[in-house]
Amino acid sequence: MASVTFDHVYKRFGDVIAVNDLNIQIEDKEFLVLVGPSGCGKTTALRCLAGLEEISDGRILIGDQVVNDVAPKDRDIAMVFQSYALYPHMSVYDNMAFGLKLRKTPKTEIDNRVKKAADILGIGHLLDRKPRQLSGGQRQRVAVGRAIVREPKVFLFDEPLSNLDAKLRVETRANISKLHQQLQTTFIYVTHDQTEAMTMASRIAVINKGLLQQIDTPQTLYDRPDNLFVAGFIGSPAMNFFPAKMNKSDGKLFVDGGTLHIEIPDDRMTIFAPFEGKDVIFGIRPEDIHNPQFAPPGIDAQPVEAIVDVTELMGNEIFVYLKSGEHSFVARVDPRSRYHFDEKVQMVFNMDNMHIFDRETEKAIR
Amino acid sequence: MAQVAAQHKPIEAHWWYRTRQALRAFAPHIVLFGYMLIALFPIYMIIMNSFKERNAIFGAPFQLPNAETFSLIGYETVLQRADFITYFINSIVVTAASLILTLLVGSMAAYALAEYGFKGNTLLALYLSIGIMIPIRLGTVGILQMMVNLSLVNTLTGLILVYIAQALPLTVFILTQFMRQVPVELKDAARIDGASEYRIYWLIVPLIRPALGAIGIFTMIPIWNDLWFPLILAPSTKTATVTLGVQQFLGQFVSDWNAVLSSLTLAMVPVLIFYFVFSRQMIRSITAGAIK
Repeated sequence: MASVTFDHVYKRFGDVIAVNDLNIQIEDKEFLVLVGPSGCGKTTALRCLAGLEEISDGRILIGDQVVNDVAPKDRDIAMVFQSYALYPHMSVYDNMAFGLKLRKTPKTEIDNRVKKAADILGIGHLLDRKPRQLSGGQRQRVAVGRAIVREPKVFLFDEPLSNLDAKLRVETRANISKLHQQLQTTFIYVTHDQTEAMTMASRIAVINKGLLQQIDTPQTLYDRPDNLFVAGFIGSPAMNFFPAKMNKSDGKLFVDGGTLHIEIPDDRMTIFAPFEGKDVIFGIRPEDIHNPQFAPPGIDAQPVEAIVDVTELMGNEIFVYLKSGEHSFVARVDPRSRYHFDEKVQMVFNMDNMHIFDRETEKAIR
Repeated sequence: MAQVAAQHKPIEAHWWYRTRQALRAFAPHIVLFGYMLIALFPIYMIIMNSFKERNAIFGAPFQLPNAETFSLIGYETVLQRADFITYFINSIVVTAASLILTLLVGSMAAYALAEYGFKGNTLLALYLSIGIMIPIRLGTVGILQMMVNLSLVNTLTGLILVYIAQALPLTVFILTQFMRQVPVELKDAARIDGASEYRIYWLIVPLIRPALGAIGIFTMIPIWNDLWFPLILAPSTKTATVTLGVQQFLGQFVSDWNAVLSSLTLAMVPVLIFYFVFSRQMIRSITAGAIK
């Protein structure tokens, strides 16, 4: 149980900067998820914390201790790998006991801890088997078990669900959340799947190209993304973006882009006034585009004309892919709506939840 | 019913198709069988003739021993010379020691080359593999001088050292490739679990067992059969190996063929035992990776 601090951490591989000035303060007992596209440096950051990579610059602290020059085994961490990395010629029991044996833990203590971990994970009946005799889900649990028995200060997970099938992934996701509540330990979890991040994290750190984009609670990231990347990365289907210009006419501000002509609500005029005449990107999430018939009452709705391209029925909702001039966007509408291919329709945008980004800096304007 | 029969007809009409398929599957086995005959024939001749009288060996070399020609005189000669037991022990000691040390040292070097990205790694790997291209026998004169200086002439140690040097380049080269195939995450997991580098090396060794088996065979057979270095470095009666020992039955004027064939037959036995032990591993290593 300990906090973890990345203090101006850099990791360079030759000319490539994998981790660029990373600053994160992770609280004790927190469940932090590092999320980002493949190759963004999130795994490298985790490996640096584990001590498997040396950092090029900066400091990493576990608790109050700077661990830059501490060997992985002395950092009091445990890691679950994507491929699980079970020792193939050892039984499940020996796999879990290996770390404790090397630390010369008394036999009875090892036995207790392994049995206890096996109980938590429901793998008690598998202890005598070899990894190759296990299914993917079972192997994954053994890998988690091997981490649990060590009773470390910090748990590290490197995409532990990537090799599981979709159904098992959802189940295991819930199990890992439950485990976090049970163990009351710091969890640091790396994934490229924003759904995993949203569902499990107490806080999410979004990383792109080695740079930390934003770190906050899942809801805040979703509602108030700091920049274009975070806005596009968090949420599925992704936020719709419309390249546009901020124009002023008749004392009102408009977002203009081809067929798009949207009035900025009066109450936010002052925020956007300095951007008059500048290039911006207008963003709106699919669920904030409604069929006018079923739009919730009391929202600041702005009508937009569009042509239906594709519809995807989900049962509880419909994804409608629409076109309007050079723009194409997705709406997530009420399942009672009926749309047909090539039909000209009117949608409404909920302006209360709109996002506007500076096209030059890609930063959110608010 | 009529319909069913009609459906079957075209298949029956192509009975020759199946025959051709069977022939096609059989053809490689004919070739392999032929090769096996060629390879095994000399061995068969040696073993068979070692149980025959001297006259029968030359008179009717292809005939199996019968009541008249059967004789164990060759084996008696070989076993009566007490030295021969020593030769056997020498051969086994030299081969086993060279083999074990080659595999141990070679796999450690391979682990280091595969695992650590130190400066000059590639250069060192290249340096170590020069020996694959240059036969060690070219350096015989130098080796002999060195052995004389180190007072290792006529010792088994001298032989063992030379054989390790002879086998190491290919061993390191092949094992490095195999070590690289061991997933990085496995080593990382062990590192986090608190294993020392030696412990991690030891953890990985079972995973490359097939490669070790293959190299075991490739290394062992030339050492066991070698005549060159025992003749030059350790020709004394105390240190001679079986292959060298056999030579004393071959003279410029008289050759004791019974003894030669018997001793060669005896010399085959340990090789065969070794081979059977290692070959299962080797076959696994040859097919490993071919089919996932």
